[in-house]
Amino acid sequence: MQVVHFYVNGKPKELAVQDGEVLTDTLRNQLGLTSVKKGCEVGECGACTVLIDGHAQNSCLFLTTWAEGKHILTVEGLRSGCGELHPVQQAFIDEAAVQCGFCTPGFIMTGVELVNSGKKYTREELREAISGHLCRCTGYENILRALEKVVGIKS
Amino acid sequence: MYDIRESLTAHTVEEALSLLSTHEGMIPAAGGTDILIKVRERKLKAVSLVSILGIPELNTISMGEDGSICIGPVCCFTRITEDPLIMENVPMLGEACRQIGSPQIRNVATIGGNICNGAVSADSVTPLYALDAILTLRSVKGERCIPIREFHTGPGKTVRNPDELLTMIRIPKESFAKHGSCYIKFGQRKAMEIATLGCAVNVSLSEDKTKICSAAIAYGVAAPTPVRCTETETLLTGMTIGPELFKTAREHVTAELQPRDSWRASKELRIQLIKELVVRALKSAVIRAGGEVD
Repeated sequence: MQVVHFYVNGKPKELAVQDGEVLTDTLRNQLGLTSVKKGCEVGECGACTVLIDGHAQNSCLFLTTWAEGKHILTVEGLRSGCGELHPVQQAFIDEAAVQCGFCTPGFIMTGVELVNSGKKYTREELREAISGHLCRCTGYENILRALEKVVGIKS
Repeated sequence: MYDIRESLTAHTVEEALSLLSTHEGMIPAAGGTDILIKVRERKLKAVSLVSILGIPELNTISMGEDGSICIGPVCCFTRITEDPLIMENVPMLGEACRQIGSPQIRNVATIGGNICNGAVSADSVTPLYALDAILTLRSVKGERCIPIREFHTGPGKTVRNPDELLTMIRIPKESFAKHGSCYIKFGQRKAMEIATLGCAVNVSLSEDKTKICSAAIAYGVAAPTPVRCTETETLLTGMTIGPELFKTAREHVTAELQPRDSWRASKELRIQLIKELVVRALKSAVIRAGGEVD
């Protein structure tokens, strides 16, 4: 067991974790942040994507002990002070980019990373940017449209 | 829960080296994206890991006094693909790193891990072979520098001793100044793919841009380790750029390689790829070096 100190959605946390505990499990089981999904658990599906110090990463391939001092952001931390949705969340609703919803939190977090970059992206660049996420429902078209609405070249 | 006995964190190289020398079986972990998969697949059991990802001096990209490019081993692939020094001088390496895994993987997986894992398919390693990179390995006992071509000894096997840490990847100036290079990865899809075959070519041309001055040809997944085709390179040196050059490359490379069947591709497909990719990569490298190809 080790004690780890890190920030989750802006709040400081101090948790005792096993050395082999993975960040996905800590976020879900110890902190109740169930937007972080357990999908493939080998870094291929992107359902567990969170931002670690601002970078989208698969939390299934990251030991919680490695998060010492880091800032973790999940979908639960996106809501603004007055309760409004993040522009990426709103765009996913507007473009019907959600079906079963399992992959959605991961896609949203990659979308947030793109927004935070301050850049605008072509459709081809967006396709590359979401290549670490699998969606088995929508066929990606609506997801790309939603992202284009927020960070697309024409937006 | 991963089967990990101990997960320690080093903040300096000295701290990491001291842990590696005193804890038998301890494995340095950088991005961890390959190690954790091995633990999950039970290829590694009850391991002790020391995280080196947070060591600042291993996370730098700079130009040395002699003009060589020095890359810290824990630089993640995203960092390498976005670095102006890399993209300006060794774009082949940046392009290769951009084809690894997915954006989330590239945000944490490191070039040093790619090298030290010893995978024959490592996309960043084949270009480093063609660029004659020099690796610095350090332990508490001292430091040694070895050419990357002497680093890999078999699938997953390298000359790195368990108490050694890769602390620097250096690309000599003479490997990239006035050179043109190209890496081509063949896979079944564009993302989240392990190379079926990879080919890196690095050339310099004569003053009038009509002849090959020097050529380096490296392959991944064409032998038990990443390899260079030195005999073909010698044949190409001095040749005029034209159909005969590409024909020579195509006809001679296979003799220096040992492609095999795997579930990813048959030996026959790999041989075809070996011949085709060398021509495409060579043409591209010649054009980038300022030459003309019809």
